[in-house]
Amino acid sequence: MASLDRVKVLVLGDSGVGKSSLVHLLCQNQVLGNPSWTVGCSVDVRVQDYREGTPEEKTYYIELWDVGGSVGSASSVKSTRAVFYNSVNGIILVHDLTNKKSSQNLYRWSLEALNRDSSPTGVIVSNSDYDREQFAENPVPLLLIGTKFDQIPETKRNEVLTRTAFLSEDFNAEEINLASQTFSSSKASVDCTNPRYLAAGTSNAVKLSRFFDKVIEKRYFTRDPSQMTGFTDRKRFNFKSLHYD
Amino acid sequence: MSFFVDSVIMFTSQVLFFGFGWLFFMRQLFKDYEVRQYVVQVVFSVTFAFSCTMFELIIFEILGALSSSSRYFHWKLNLYVILLVLIFVVPFYIGYFVVSNIRLLQRQKLLFACMVWFTFMYFFWKLGDPFPILSPKHGILSIEQLISRVGVIGVTLMALLSGFGAVNCPYTYMSYFLRNVTDSDILALERRLLQTMDMIVSKKKRIAMTRRQMYQRGEDQNKQTGFWGMIKSVTSTQTGSENLSLIQQEVDALEELSRQLFLETVDLQATKERIEYSKTFQGKYFNFLGYFFSIYCVWKIFMATINIVFDRVGKTDPVTRGIEITVNYLGIQFDVKFWSQHISFILVGIIIVTSIRGLLITLTKFFYAISSSKSSNVIVLVLAQIMGMYFVSSVLLMRMSMPLEYRSIVTEVLGELQFNFYHRWFDVIFLVSALSSILFLYLAHKQAPEKHMAL
Repeated sequence: MASLDRVKVLVLGDSGVGKSSLVHLLCQNQVLGNPSWTVGCSVDVRVQDYREGTPEEKTYYIELWDVGGSVGSASSVKSTRAVFYNSVNGIILVHDLTNKKSSQNLYRWSLEALNRDSSPTGVIVSNSDYDREQFAENPVPLLLIGTKFDQIPETKRNEVLTRTAFLSEDFNAEEINLASQTFSSSKASVDCTNPRYLAAGTSNAVKLSRFFDKVIEKRYFTRDPSQMTGFTDRKRFNFKSLHYD
Repeated sequence: MSFFVDSVIMFTSQVLFFGFGWLFFMRQLFKDYEVRQYVVQVVFSVTFAFSCTMFELIIFEILGALSSSSRYFHWKLNLYVILLVLIFVVPFYIGYFVVSNIRLLQRQKLLFACMVWFTFMYFFWKLGDPFPILSPKHGILSIEQLISRVGVIGVTLMALLSGFGAVNCPYTYMSYFLRNVTDSDILALERRLLQTMDMIVSKKKRIAMTRRQMYQRGEDQNKQTGFWGMIKSVTSTQTGSENLSLIQQEVDALEELSRQLFLETVDLQATKERIEYSKTFQGKYFNFLGYFFSIYCVWKIFMATINIVFDRVGKTDPVTRGIEITVNYLGIQFDVKFWSQHISFILVGIIIVTSIRGLLITLTKFFYAISSSKSSNVIVLVLAQIMGMYFVSSVLLMRMSMPLEYRSIVTEVLGELQFNFYHRWFDVIFLVSALSSILFLYLAHKQAPEKHMAL
């Protein structure tokens, strides 16, 4: 049971964007009834079938590490948080679609997590600058999730979608946009993150599975099987042709 | 003609203050949030602008700039506007935004906001009853009624903040209070934290796997309800879900532990950084200042106690008294009028600048600590209200620090308030606040090394 292989995925983003609700949804397939501030880090586990439906199907544990806080925290908080960034295999960046600043802060979040892991590959990362090149060569797969999509007024939706498309290009990542509350006038439910949006078969669920599969492949199926962390090997296995059509 | 020129000068300076408040709001307070309701930003900047204008008028009073009639006019105008903002505009918007956050009341937002405002006005009015702040010659609808109540709230806030600041400042600056933290302590704690996280992860894996197997076997995860359900659940073994709830309890306990470990680690890291900082030149300078501050703070507490115990209210301001002392005891002769003006200008200027800066920094820290994306508007408006009341009462209290000839304008404009009451009230609250901060810091300081040693 506990002897399945595991991968570690960080869930990063500003306070209040919905990381805890998202992690709860991904792992328990239920909405989180009473979200509260995350102090430190909360972990949850998802059982994922790699390459579901093919003969090579195998089950893995995906650990989702939801790290709380803001990018502007004191340096004591940042250095304590850095403890959680060890040996990360994938990163999910969460931002609030109604709040532009949370999207901008994602650059700093990703730098904070990747700096911690920077590594013998010789990728020199300066603390404040954002370098697109570095994300192109990035060994850690990224996924961009935008929440609270339904709270944007109809007229602004296109503008927001174009902005997030640029963002996902910058990170060389896939993106998923989720709704947060169901505001219908007949029922006033306060569920955060509608499970309907991630039900099997929807395009969001497909993107999610693809991301997790990519993370698992990066960790376990690269060309050099003897490497430990997966970062030392700079050769990128291009799995895009296998998955995307 | 001179009135027109003066008004132009005042207006320009008000626009400058407004701009500064706007920038402060955008760059500091709302750094991580998007401003969706510009009303909030405008209200905040307006409050800031008019509060600063009051301070500016005091400075002009001392310097003798602008003609005295236009000064008086602008005082009155400014006072009315600021009272209007603090009593009508800001509370109404606070009520409006609070109501907007509650979904049940979406339909009748305005109505509920007005109701909230009326409740506020009721309590605001009632606030004046227990305090002897008015002389009977004031009518029910006079401006003094409003100012006196605003003054009470503001003076309480000022005294609380000063009391805490007076004690906290030396505690933070002086390295005598720093606990000794080594790198190995931090590493040990971090290792414990990661071990706890690993334990949580392995338990969660068990839960997830058990759930998945139960789901695949088609077992009913929910407990069976009803009479037959109860009978059935007694006989059949629901080991799956029982195990799960047991493991879940263990996980909850471990998560609480991990949170505590995280907070302790942050605390140790912060202490380590403070130790490193205290070894630098800047740190040593602040350490030195800390000693002075602690003496000053002890003196202030002492004076507050004396004032209360002996029921004494100071009649002369520090400037005049200082000059008297130097003239009478030290025998140095100099032009009293000339120097008193300049010294009181500098003293009052320093008080104003440090109190504005101190308040803005405190407000920013407070805002970062408690705001979230939903409540940021409400909190910023509450902070604007606090700021306005704080500045109005600091004008009130500053009257004591100014020589007699400059006090008259403040007395005239603010009406016949019982100023002595406010000073006494300030002393009482300052004493209470300082003593309770000392107690609080002592307990926090004592508790931390015990926690540390129990590891």
